Amino acid sequence: MDPGRQAPTRRQLLNAIGLMGGTAAVYQLMTTFGHAAETRFPGPPDLSGSRKGQSVIVLGAGLAGMLAAYELDKAGYRVRILEFQDRAGGRNWSLRGGDRYTELGGPTQNVAFAKGNYFNPGPWRIPHHHRTLLYYCKKFGVALEPFIQFNHNAYVHSTDAFGGAPQRFRALAADFEGNVAELLGKAIDQKALDTRLTPEDLDLLREALRGWGMLDRDMRYVKGDRSSSHRGFLLPPGGGVNGTPKPSDLFAFDEVLKSRVWANMAFFMNDEFQTTMFQPVGGMDMIGKGFARQVGRLITYNAKVTRLMQGAGGVTVTYADAKSGKVGTAEADFCVCTIPLTVLSQIETNLSEKKQAAIQAVPYSPGVKVALEMRRRFWEEDYAIYGGHSFTNQEIGLVSYPNDRLLSDGPAVLLGAFANGPGGLHLGGMTPDERIEAALEQGSVFHPDSYRKEFLSGASVSWSRVPWAMGCCARWNEDTRREHYQSLVSLEDRVVLAGEHASYVGCWMEGSLLSAIDAITRLHKRAQEA
Amino acid sequence: MKTLHLAAYAAVLSMLAAAPVGADEPGPGGSRPPVAKTGADVYRMYCQACHMADAKGAVGAAAFPPLADNPRMGTTAYAIYVIQEGKGGMPPFKAMLSRDQTAAVVAYLRTHFGNSYAEPVTATDVPP
Repeated sequence: MDPGRQAPTRRQLLNAIGLMGGTAAVYQLMTTFGHAAETRFPGPPDLSGSRKGQSVIVLGAGLAGMLAAYELDKAGYRVRILEFQDRAGGRNWSLRGGDRYTELGGPTQNVAFAKGNYFNPGPWRIPHHHRTLLYYCKKFGVALEPFIQFNHNAYVHSTDAFGGAPQRFRALAADFEGNVAELLGKAIDQKALDTRLTPEDLDLLREALRGWGMLDRDMRYVKGDRSSSHRGFLLPPGGGVNGTPKPSDLFAFDEVLKSRVWANMAFFMNDEFQTTMFQPVGGMDMIGKGFARQVGRLITYNAKVTRLMQGAGGVTVTYADAKSGKVGTAEADFCVCTIPLTVLSQIETNLSEKKQAAIQAVPYSPGVKVALEMRRRFWEEDYAIYGGHSFTNQEIGLVSYPNDRLLSDGPAVLLGAFANGPGGLHLGGMTPDERIEAALEQGSVFHPDSYRKEFLSGASVSWSRVPWAMGCCARWNEDTRREHYQSLVSLEDRVVLAGEHASYVGCWMEGSLLSAIDAITRLHKRAQEA
Repeated sequence: MKTLHLAAYAAVLSMLAAAPVGADEPGPGGSRPPVAKTGADVYRMYCQACHMADAKGAVGAAAFPPLADNPRMGTTAYAIYVIQEGKGGMPPFKAMLSRDQTAAVVAYLRTHFGNSYAEPVTATDVPP
C-alpha cells in the first residue's frame, strides 16, 4: 500500500497541526473536541421587554407546546394552548391499571396492571446530557431516578448464532474483545503495523491489548481466571473450603461474530445511550404532568385544529370540539405550532409553498411497544438481571426490565417489545392481542420456563395507530435536511413550528424543548419589531 | 479462529463504527424480520399498520387514506411511486421492499378490497 495514502498516525496529525498553528492550535483542537460533548441548552430563554398585551396561540400541549407557553406566559404574553386530546403531555405518556386506550381501527385496551405499575409507550429514558429536560424537570419538581441502560448480565440473542441460544452480554463482549486483542497482537508480531506506529507505540499497544482483552503472558486469550473475570466464571469465587473458582469455557469466535455483539457494544457507546440515563419516578408522564401544573390553566382540550391562517392582522385558527363537533376560531398575534407533521400535513394553512413542502417531506417512524405484566420478578430472582435490556434480532427487538423498585415482591411490568422499521410495521399492523402473543412467543427465548407461566396481562401501543400522533417520530435524512429543514423551522411572518421534528435531536424530548426555546426566542424578537 | 485473516478482522473493526443512531431507537435488535413472500404478506406486514386490515384507512387527528375501492389503484405506476417514495408522513419503502415484493403488493391491492384491475404487475414495472 502507498504509505502516503494511509490515514495519518496520531503523531503525524498532531505534528502537522503543531506546525501549522503551534501549540495553541493543538489546544484549541482539543477543547473543540471537549465542547462537542457539551449541551446546546443555552439556559431558559430571555424574553424580557415584551410588549404588553401581545398574544400567542400554541397548537399542541406536548412538551414543546407547554414549554413555549410557560416561557411566553412568564414573559407577559397572553397565551392559549389548543390540544387535540383530553390530556396534556403528548407523546410523553404512561399507561397504568384502569386506563382505557382506543387505537385507530377501533380496538380498545383496558390496562389491567397492578397499582404502581406503568408502561411508557413513548419516551422512556433520558440521557444525562439532555440538559434542557433535566433543567425543567428540576424546576417543575419532577423527581428522576437512574434508568439502568447498560446491564452486562442481560442477554444477546441471535437466531444466527449459538443455535439460537441467548448468551450473556458480558461473555460475548469479553470473548469478542479477547479475540480481537489476540488477533491484533498477532498482527503486531507479524510486523503488520510497523509502518503506522513506532516501536514505543507498539509496546504500549501490546500492553493495552493484554489489559483490555484479558490476554495471558503469551498474548493469548485463553480459558482461565483472567478471561472469566470479564466473561463470568463457571463456578464463581466462594468462601471456605470449596471457595476456589472454576473458570468458564470460551465461546467459539465464529459464533461470537455471528451474534453481532459488536453492534450492542457500539450501541452502548452511542452518546445518546451512554450511562447515566434517567427516568421519572412513577412513570414518564410525570414530566408532562409537571409541565401541565405550570400551564394547564391555559389549555383548551379536545380541540381538533382544522385550519391555520395568518394575515396582516394576526393568526386565525379554526378548530372543532371533539365532543360536540362545535366549530370555533381562536385569534392571536402569533402562533407556535407543535402539531406533528403527520397531522399538520393534512391541515389547511396559508403558509408558503416552501414551508408546506417541508411539512410534507418528513416521514414518521412506526415504533411499537408492548408491555407485559408478570406475576413476579423472575428475571431478578432466577436470572440475576436487574434492569437493562436483553436484545434479540427478532422483531420485538428487545426485552427491557424495570429499573425501579428492584428486589420487590409482586407483579412487575416488562417492556416486551420495542420494535421499529419492518418489525414495527408488522407488529403495528397486528391487533393488540396478536402483539402480546408475538411478544410472549419471541421473548420466551430469554426466559423459557417463566415467560408464559408468570404472564398476567399486557398492553401495546402502535404509534402509527395512535389517533393523535399517527406516527412515532419524524425521520429526516441528509437529503431532506438539506432541502427542507431550514424552511420548516423558519419563522414565517407570525407562525413558527416547534417540536422534535424541528430539531436535530429527533425523537427525543430534548429536541422538542430545544426547538421550542429557539422558536419562541425568534418569535419574541419578531414581536418586539412588530 | 486461528485462520482468520488480518483483512477479515480489519473489516470487523470497521463495522464497529456503526452509523450514529440520532433517535431513541430500539438499538441493534430486530434486525431479522420474517420475509414477506406474497402480496398478501407484504400488505399485512408493511401496509396494514396504517391502512388497516380491511384497507379502509382510518381517521384520527388526520387520515390514512383508504386503499379499498380506490380508483387510483387502476394506475399501477402511481401505486408503485407512492410505495417507493412515500408521501407526507408515509415512509418510502424503496429500501425496505424488493421490486418483486413491491409488484406483488400492488397486484394484490389491485385485485382485492373491492378493487378489480386484472392486468398483472411484475418486477419489471418497478423502477430499480
